[in-house]
This record gives sequence, C-alpha cells and structure tokens, in this order.
Amino acid sequence: MNDNTNIAEYVTFTAAGQMFALPIERVQDVFKLARMTRVPLAGPEIAGVLNLRGRIVTAIHLGNRLDLQSSGQATPPMAIGIEFGAESFGLLVDAVGEVLKLADGEREANPINLDRKLARVSAGVFRLDGQLLVVLDVDRVLDLDVEAAAA
Amino acid sequence: MDELLRDFLTETGESLDLVDAQLVRFEQEPNNGAILGNIFRLVHTIKGTCGFLGLSRLETLTHAAETLMGKFRDGMPVTAEAVTLILSTIDRIKTILDELEAKQQEPAGSDADLIEQLAGMARGDAARPPPLQKSAAQDAGAPHDAAVAAEAEKPAAETNEKLASHSIRVSVDTLDRLMTTVSELVLTRNQLLEIVRKHEESDFKVPLQRLSNVTAELQEGVMKTRMQPIGNAWQKLPRIVRDLCAELGKEIELEMNGAETELDRQVLELVRDPLTHLVRNCADHGIESPTARIAAGKPRSGTIRLTAYHQGGHIIIEIADDGRGLDTARIKAKAVEVGLAGETELAGKSDVDICNFIFAPGFSTAAAVTSISGRGVGMDVVRSNIEQIGGTVDLKTVAGAGTIFTIKIPLTLAIVSALIVAAAGERFAIPQLSVLELVRAGGSGEHRIERIKDTPVLRLRNKLLPLLYLNEVFKLGDSDRESGFVVVIQVGNQVFGAVVDGVLHTEEIVIKPMSSKLRHLAVFSGTTILGDGSVIMIVDPNGVSQALGRAAAQAAQAETPELTQSEQAAADDTVSLLVFRAGSQRPKAVPLSLVTRLEEIDCRHIEISDGRHLVQYRGQLMPLLRIDGETGLKNEGAQPILVFSDHGRSMGLVVDEIVDIVEDKLDIEVTSDRPGVLGYAVVKGNTTEIVDVGHFLPQAFEDWFRRRDAAKAGPARTVLLVDDSPFFREMLAPLIKAAGYQVVAVGSGADAMAALKSGNRVDLVVTDVEMPDMDGFALAQAMRSTPGTAAIPIIALAAMVSDETIERGRAVGFHDFVAKFDRPGLIAAIKEQSADLNRAA
Repeated sequence: MNDNTNIAEYVTFTAAGQMFALPIERVQDVFKLARMTRVPLAGPEIAGVLNLRGRIVTAIHLGNRLDLQSSGQATPPMAIGIEFGAESFGLLVDAVGEVLKLADGEREANPINLDRKLARVSAGVFRLDGQLLVVLDVDRVLDLDVEAAAA
Repeated sequence: MDELLRDFLTETGESLDLVDAQLVRFEQEPNNGAILGNIFRLVHTIKGTCGFLGLSRLETLTHAAETLMGKFRDGMPVTAEAVTLILSTIDRIKTILDELEAKQQEPAGSDADLIEQLAGMARGDAARPPPLQKSAAQDAGAPHDAAVAAEAEKPAAETNEKLASHSIRVSVDTLDRLMTTVSELVLTRNQLLEIVRKHEESDFKVPLQRLSNVTAELQEGVMKTRMQPIGNAWQKLPRIVRDLCAELGKEIELEMNGAETELDRQVLELVRDPLTHLVRNCADHGIESPTARIAAGKPRSGTIRLTAYHQGGHIIIEIADDGRGLDTARIKAKAVEVGLAGETELAGKSDVDICNFIFAPGFSTAAAVTSISGRGVGMDVVRSNIEQIGGTVDLKTVAGAGTIFTIKIPLTLAIVSALIVAAAGERFAIPQLSVLELVRAGGSGEHRIERIKDTPVLRLRNKLLPLLYLNEVFKLGDSDRESGFVVVIQVGNQVFGAVVDGVLHTEEIVIKPMSSKLRHLAVFSGTTILGDGSVIMIVDPNGVSQALGRAAAQAAQAETPELTQSEQAAADDTVSLLVFRAGSQRPKAVPLSLVTRLEEIDCRHIEISDGRHLVQYRGQLMPLLRIDGETGLKNEGAQPILVFSDHGRSMGLVVDEIVDIVEDKLDIEVTSDRPGVLGYAVVKGNTTEIVDVGHFLPQAFEDWFRRRDAAKAGPARTVLLVDDSPFFREMLAPLIKAAGYQVVAVGSGADAMAALKSGNRVDLVVTDVEMPDMDGFALAQAMRSTPGTAAIPIIALAAMVSDETIERGRAVGFHDFVAKFDRPGLIAAIKEQSADLNRAA
C-alpha cells in the first residue's frame, strides 16, 4: 500500500490556524459563504443551513467541530462542499489553499499524543515545508452523533 | 442485476402480494375455485419462469406444489393440513425470492421436506380425513366449485389484460425524481413571482401567471401519479392476523373498508409499519380469547375493522376492535410503576389522559412479553412515526366494548402551505394545517398578553390560551414581551399560541428533509427554500408544543371543545349563548356570536361626559350603556362589560357578572314589549331574558342607523333574510322569529338565489342593500327575471336611505325600504307585506 509512486491530490485549507486537507475526490466544490440561516437549538458545530444552487447545505463549523481555538471571525468565510450520503454539507474554513499532489507513502500515522478529538477525524499527517498538514477523514468529521452520544 | 431476473422478481413480488390477501380467504373457503385458481396460476408462472432462468431449486419446489394444486383443481377436497402446507410452501418461495433478490442467485439448501409432503399429499396418503362435519359439504361442493373456478378464471384474465393495456409500469425512482423536479419548478416559480412582485408594470406578469398555473397543474398531476391506494399497506395484514390467530388461539375477523382511498406513496410507506403494529396490538391485547368472549356475551370471534377515508387534505385511518378495551386501572398502575406519573397526579386525570399513557416511551401493559406485540416496538414508536409525517393518532376506548385508534395523516409530504413568521430576526415557516388563527396582541389592540405568575396567557374569546414565545423556545434571545402576533396552533387536542414578532406572508413551500445532523431537533420538521432563495426552518408544531408546561397543555385541552363550539352550533342548530346578570337577578343572555369581546375595565378609567358614560378603548371613546336605568356602575375595581363592534364602532354593555357560556337552542317562547328585550327563552332550565342588542346600538351612536317609520300586522310566513354581515343575521333572525315568522338566513345574494331556486317556500325576502358581489339591487333584478321568484315581495335594509336609493329601489322592485336598525319598522314592514300576501291569496 505505502507506495511512493501512488500520488493523490488534496484540497488544502486552514481552520483556526491549522492546515487541513481533503482528498480531492471528496470535495464537490468550494464556495464563498453568502446568506446562511442559523438553526436554533443546534450544537455549536452546526453553523447553519444555506441554499447552494437549489440544494440545502448544512454548514459545519470545522473549528467548533474540532474544538480548535478560533482566532479569526466568528463565522469563517469559505466553505468546502461535500456530498455525504444523499446530503450536502459545507465545511466552514478560514481560507482555501492550493491543490497539492502528495505521495501516499509520505503520509504518516497520527502522532500518538494528537488531541483525541483531532485524532479521531485525522486520516494521517503530511510533513510539508514549514507546516504539518492533517488529512481529514470526511466520514468521521461528519459523524457528529458518536461524539454527541459520548459527551 | 440481470434485466430478466429483475422483471421476474418484480412481477412475482406483485403476484405474491396479491395472493397473500387471498390466502386467508382460501383458508376460510378452501374449496373456492377462483382463489385456488389464482394460487395455482402464480405457482405455475413461477415454475415456468424458473425453468427458463435456470433456477432449479424454485423450479422443483413449485413443481411439487403445482402437482398438488392441480389435484385440488381436479376436485380433491382441500383440508386444513393442505392449506397449512400450501401456505408454508408460499412462505418458502418468498424466502428463496428474497435471497435471490439480495444475492442474485438461488440460496443453497434443500426443500426436500416440503416437496415430500406435497408429493405425499398429492398421492393422497398424507391427506388424513378432514373433520367430519365439514367433509360432507366439501365432497359435495368441491367438484362444483372447481367447475366454477374454471369459468371464473376466464373473465379475470380478460380484465387483467384490459388493465394492462391502459396502464404502464413506471419505476418508483422515476416518479420520485419527477416529484423532486416539480418541487424545484415550484421553487423557481416562487422566486420568479417574488421578483415580479417588486416590479409593478412588467411584461412578465401575464406569462408568469400562466407558468404559475401550469406549474400548479403539473404539481397536482405528478402528485396524483404518486398516489396509491391505502390497501397496498394493508395487503399483508390478513396474513398477519391469520398467523396471530393460530399463535394466540383466538378467532379474529379482519374487515377492511376504504382500501381504495389514495395517498402519496411516500406517506404510505411510512404508515405501513405503524399500521401493522396497531393491528398486531389489537389482535394481541384487544381481542379476548374465544372463551373469554363467550363469557362476556360477545360473539366467539372478534373483529378488527380498518377504515380509511379522506377528510380535507388528510386521510383518516381507523383501526377498531371489539375487544376488551383499555384497562385504565392497569395503565395507571403501570404508569406509576415505570415512573411516568405519581398516584396523586393520576387521580386528577381523566380517562382519556390516562389512556394516552400507552403512547409514552417505555410503556407496555402486556403482563407477559409476547412475541407479537411485546417486541420493544412500543406504541411510542407508533406515535412518533406518525407524528414524524405530520400526523396524529388518537384513541377512544370503552371498557369491554373495544378500542378505536384514529390516525390522521396528510395526503402528501412534499408541498404544503405555510405561514412565514419572524422571531428574533429569523424567519420560520409554520405549516398552515396546524394554524387555527392569527391574533395581534399588545399595543392598543384588543388582545393583551397577560401573565399568571410567569406563565404568559392570552384572553381569546374569554378563554385563556397558553402562550409560548417562539424566540424563547428556540433560545434566540429576548424580544418585546408584551406585543407581537400570536399564532394560534392546534396539535391534537391541544391549542396554544406561539408569540412571534411578525407574520410576513403565506407561501407554498416545498419541504426538504432535515439534514441528518439536525434531525434530533424536535422543534423542526424540515427545511425549505423561500421565494427569495433563502433557507428557513419549518417549525414542527408538535415539537414546539412540548415546550409548554404540562399544566398549560391540560388547560388547553379543556379549552378545545369551546373553540369549536361555533362549528357545532352550525351543525346542530344550537346557539352559543352568553349568560350574564345585569340589574335584576333574572339571567340575561345574548348570542355569543354577537359579542365581540368580553372585557373588564378599570372603573377609574370610566369618564362621564354629557350624562353618558364613556371609556377610552382602543384609541376611541366607547360609550357604555346600562341594560336598564338602575344597573349601577361599580365605583371601584374592574367593571365587566360586553363589547359589541360593528363597522369600526364599539359600544360597551355594562353587566354585573358574566355567568356562563352555554350551548342551547334559542327558542324565544314569549316575546317582550319591553325595550331592549327580545323575549324570554328557557336556557339550561332557567327562564332567561334574551337581550336585544339592536336596541342598544342606536343608543350608543344615534346615527348608527337612520330610522324610518312604518307600521302594520300579519301571520306566519317564511322570510328569507339576506345579509353579508353575520352580526346582522344573528341579530335580525331571532327578531323576525320572535315576531312569528320562519327565518332562513343566508350570507350573499348568490346564496339567496340558490335558496329561492331550491324549491323551499319563501314568502318574503328581507335583504341588505350593500353587499359584496351581488348587492340588494342586483338580487332584486335577478329575482324579477326568474320565474317563480318574480312576485316575492322584497324589503330592503339600508344603512343610508336617500331619495335616490329609494328611487332606484322602486325601479328594481323593492316593496319597502327599512333603515337597518329600525326593529319595529322592519317587523311592521314584514307584517304589512305578508298582510298584502294574505289579501292577494
């Protein structure tokens, strides 16, 4: 499996100062957040719901979802569109970076001392020049119920 | 999956469902040739196709079954054992088909056991002699039945062919996609309408209107394609009940009415399980064993009756059994045991409330957990499943006589009309179906939000309506707590008001399912995209009602019948009467519908001007009148008054005490000459003065109506009273009745013409001049040009009587003009006209 010649593309983005990436095939689109509707009584990780070309998108506040200390605005300005099941989700992030081609072999397992919440959604770490890139496991990021039940 | 195999599975599945329903009848009438023929045909078709598709296991099994069934068709009597054997063969076929569908190949395994029995029975050696009393009839009946079967088969096959040529098979996915597309179209249409609304003069207006109509038609058409008869959800029930009977040793008949009632297939899928559960429940808990039934003097076999019918935009499904009914004592004990309520709490509850405990989570009274209903799926799941699709479930039970569950569900889930409201700066949609009315509260308006300790309530038609603030329920911060709009919502038996900051408009919304991450929020049922493109949450009235305290909910429950009183009155000729005391001890009453509001005003606010009592009310000076001179106003505290309003003017009638609101027939038995009293009637056993509100209105405002005199006399006739204002209809009808006439009151010129043409005798028409659509003049013209009504005298009621109107009235054929509040004048005019009739006769 760990084959250096196997190259995958990742969409990178930052949330609360941390750089993340998603496999490009999981990313539907990237869009600027326009009008969003708050959902009363929803947890802090749900930023709201919005209309993206006729589809209703549930916006997940990634920073809140991962308990990251947010430094920027209350509501991040960008969203990464993801299809999950038959539904559309948007991961709210502070900025979207470039698409990187990275070899599978360079992906490292989570450091054992990684924050538990982050470790649960991380599919591995890439060491880039100057910073670490955490690859997110989308399915786990969107698996809100487990944590709600655990909490 | 292989195309052929898929077709085979679909078709076989359908035939199996069909046969399932007949299997039970097959058992009751084992020698009914038509049923036997159907089952035989099914087995035969499966066998044929299996050979073709190379499904050897199915082929061998069906071959053996076919051989046996062939014998039956040839006249071999069908025994109970044979029925069981055939049923288990069909079950086996189903199992194999299920696996075939899942894995696309026949499961391994052997059916040798069944095949051997089938073959044995076909040979005749396993067919033990059937019960004696039956055998004679069977032997005699079988060959005959078989012959009938052969004949019955032919027409059945022909009908099938005819049906097939008129319909095509469309996959459910296609329909679902079509529905989604139409929903999108509706959304886009709404957006366009929103844009055009902003531009007064737009070339798009007319084509858009057409687009809008076409969209609506298309929407309706697509919805129709998705409609399926409720019977589809019932098909499996006969078999289930049959199996339950065998298992429980009970005898149960399942009656099904209205199986053809249609509803959206999505809804159908969602009610299937709750329905099945309820039927199981009836069979397991409701119906007693045959011995217990006989001991209770009931027929040996119990009945479960399923009934479905449409009502408004809903479908009603009733599941009734004639079993033992719910045991409230046991429910109470269980409620205490599982900690749902305390003993004292229960003591104050009605039986209805107690019965509703069976819907509580974790509740099951079955002493022993049986394999039938005690499988952890409780009534709470039934209820929540039904509520999830915007439905309700109610139950009625009579100890010893049975239980009726009534399920009310919307016909479709896709598109509903909703009220868009604002709370704390956010917008929400509330489905119109659950909204009873809107009330503006606070400010100088007539309704005030009041508080009992910390509980907000609203006085609505002299009832206390529990309130909740939508922004508080949603934890969205504070808003103005004293004013706003109250959306009066009904959930089941419960009525409450939701206070919102504003009511924006109504819109046909397309319900989009809730995100799976938000589905745990009980207060919302879905999301939708509005015409302006924004997403808003759809409020689930059920979920919101849970925010009400339990006490408030109960208060509301007690209130519901009152709110529907006016409907009941319309239905059974009774009138809601407001009974009060003023002056003398004799109770007085007015029709409640005439009373705009009941108020208590602070005596300090009553002013005296020019010998008249006035009070500032809703930014106007409202005159206060006393019923008879001597009724004193209170000097301090709150003075109860009845407020009557019409055309923006109000007057207050001072009373000592409001006694009650009663439902009774209003028959004025003795008329009165005393001003202000129409007459006397017996109301709830007490002789009661019926107050003539009409006497007081002109006193309050002298110019309320101009007065014109007339006078004379005559006998009993039928008067058709036409007035668009319910106020005047209510006012004048008893008045004319009291003068000894029959009164038919209608609300419009069109209704009047309909009443006249209906053939009922009308001697005289009393009509308002000013009415929307068809006014008094137009009515008169219409009557004059219609044979049979041309000669009927017409008395016109006019608020303003000018020479010009009189002239015009004469031209169209009014016989008389009476000022709208001239009570003696009207009666006199009626008497005069009927006297003329007498002379003419």
